[in-house]
Amino acid sequence: MINTGDTAWVLVAAALVMFMTPGLAFFYAGMVRARNVLTMLMQNFFCLGLVSVLWAIVVYSIAFGGTNRLIGNLDFAWLGHFNTAPHGLALTIPPSLYMTYQLMFAVITPALITGAIADRVRFGAWAWFVGIWVLVVYAPIAHWVFAPAGWLARRGALDFAGGTVVHVNAGIAALAVVIVIGRRRGWPHAPMPPHSLPLTLLGTGILWFGWFGFNAGSALRADGLAVQALVNTHMAAAAAMLGWVVAERIHGGRATILGAASGAVAGLVAITPCAGYVGGMSPIAIGAITGVICYFAVNLKFKLGFDDALDVVGVHLVGGIVGSLLLGFFADKAVNGAGRNGVFVHGGGFGLLGEQALAVGATLVYSFVMTLAIAWVIDKVVPGGLRVGEESENVGLDLREHSEVAYSFAER
Amino acid sequence: MKLVVAIVKPFKVDDVKTAVQDFGVQGLTMTEVQGFGRQRGHTEVYRGAEYTVDFVPKVKLEILVEDADASAVADRITEAARTGKIGDGKVWVLPVEGVVRIRTGEAGSDAL
Repeated sequence: MINTGDTAWVLVAAALVMFMTPGLAFFYAGMVRARNVLTMLMQNFFCLGLVSVLWAIVVYSIAFGGTNRLIGNLDFAWLGHFNTAPHGLALTIPPSLYMTYQLMFAVITPALITGAIADRVRFGAWAWFVGIWVLVVYAPIAHWVFAPAGWLARRGALDFAGGTVVHVNAGIAALAVVIVIGRRRGWPHAPMPPHSLPLTLLGTGILWFGWFGFNAGSALRADGLAVQALVNTHMAAAAAMLGWVVAERIHGGRATILGAASGAVAGLVAITPCAGYVGGMSPIAIGAITGVICYFAVNLKFKLGFDDALDVVGVHLVGGIVGSLLLGFFADKAVNGAGRNGVFVHGGGFGLLGEQALAVGATLVYSFVMTLAIAWVIDKVVPGGLRVGEESENVGLDLREHSEVAYSFAER
Repeated sequence: MKLVVAIVKPFKVDDVKTAVQDFGVQGLTMTEVQGFGRQRGHTEVYRGAEYTVDFVPKVKLEILVEDADASAVADRITEAARTGKIGDGKVWVLPVEGVVRIRTGEAGSDAL
């Protein structure tokens, strides 16, 4: 039975999640140098175009079709069976809305990777990468976790809105790609400060706003659980911002606006798997812990020597892992009867934590290996490879890749 | 004719403009520049890493004047732009071979 209230809310939620892709685009764009800002924006915006069409043609079907545990089928290809819900989902919204809502998740996941590869990837090669990645990496993992038929869903791993499917997945994929493409010229010694932190903060605000659709919309109903997810989302973001800012003030000597923004995003990432399974003050704890951990995690790239330009690994991979595992502690069936109890809840035990670890582990292994393979193949097959030439990198990608200039202040 | 060039602190531009206009100067050109002399730059932080930025934002002013006025205009600029703190800037004078007013074609002093 279609419920009009649920449908109205999920309609809005789909629009909110769509808005997160431009939000992410500006979050990253503000952090790169001005000569590369259009390139970063394009790599993100283009996902809206490419992934949406591929989703309709085949990727939705591979993610949500059929009853196989590992992968979907072609039942929903070319938007076939437009009004049939994926197997096992009792929807009170039109199935086509579910398809569209899920599409927005598929769009933003590859877009997350752009932050790591900033300033050095050819657009054409990137487009090929996104198209193949969303089919070969995103869709199967989405199937495992989001489709009731999927093997991780059947095992009882909990992921309310995509902590593993989106954040752990994109985070480890980002690591795989930066291993293939290597470091930017001059990294880590040459200064490459953000050219417009105002843009970054605008993006952060849009992400926080859109995340209400990402998490609370995943309830798929306009009910108390959606409200709980919204409250959790907001509180985690707030607490994580405080955690990061305090850690930065004490450890680094000053509070920065980039730190506050990154902290909020880290909290949003961490609460994503937890949003509909925890309650009370848990989101504040989850957020605060993640804010502090991710503040220290962004230094990993210097210790290990990989150029994750805008800290996708430190925030999305680490935040996603922390949130997914903390869920094993804080999950409470009193909040969501369809969930489970974590370590901290009477009668919970370590069972859920074990399933969470398995889900995280499976995502890490599959995504890393497949992404490495895809990136490596594209690098060999696409003329010029994934990486731009030295002169492009020096002059700036906007002019070389797109023949466009972001800021033309001189009146002509 | 001379070209008086001055590098001053950005927040001093209005004071300098007022001072030279009071003297009688009718036009000037302003460019936003970066530079350093003995004033060192500042430290910026990006993700906890500190970067020293040597360049400091300044404003360059260029004013065409009659030979006889160059020294006085330079003095006015100096007084108006001075704060006493490091980085106040410099003023210098260049000789100019010829000036033409584009609208009318007037040349030399008539073009000032």
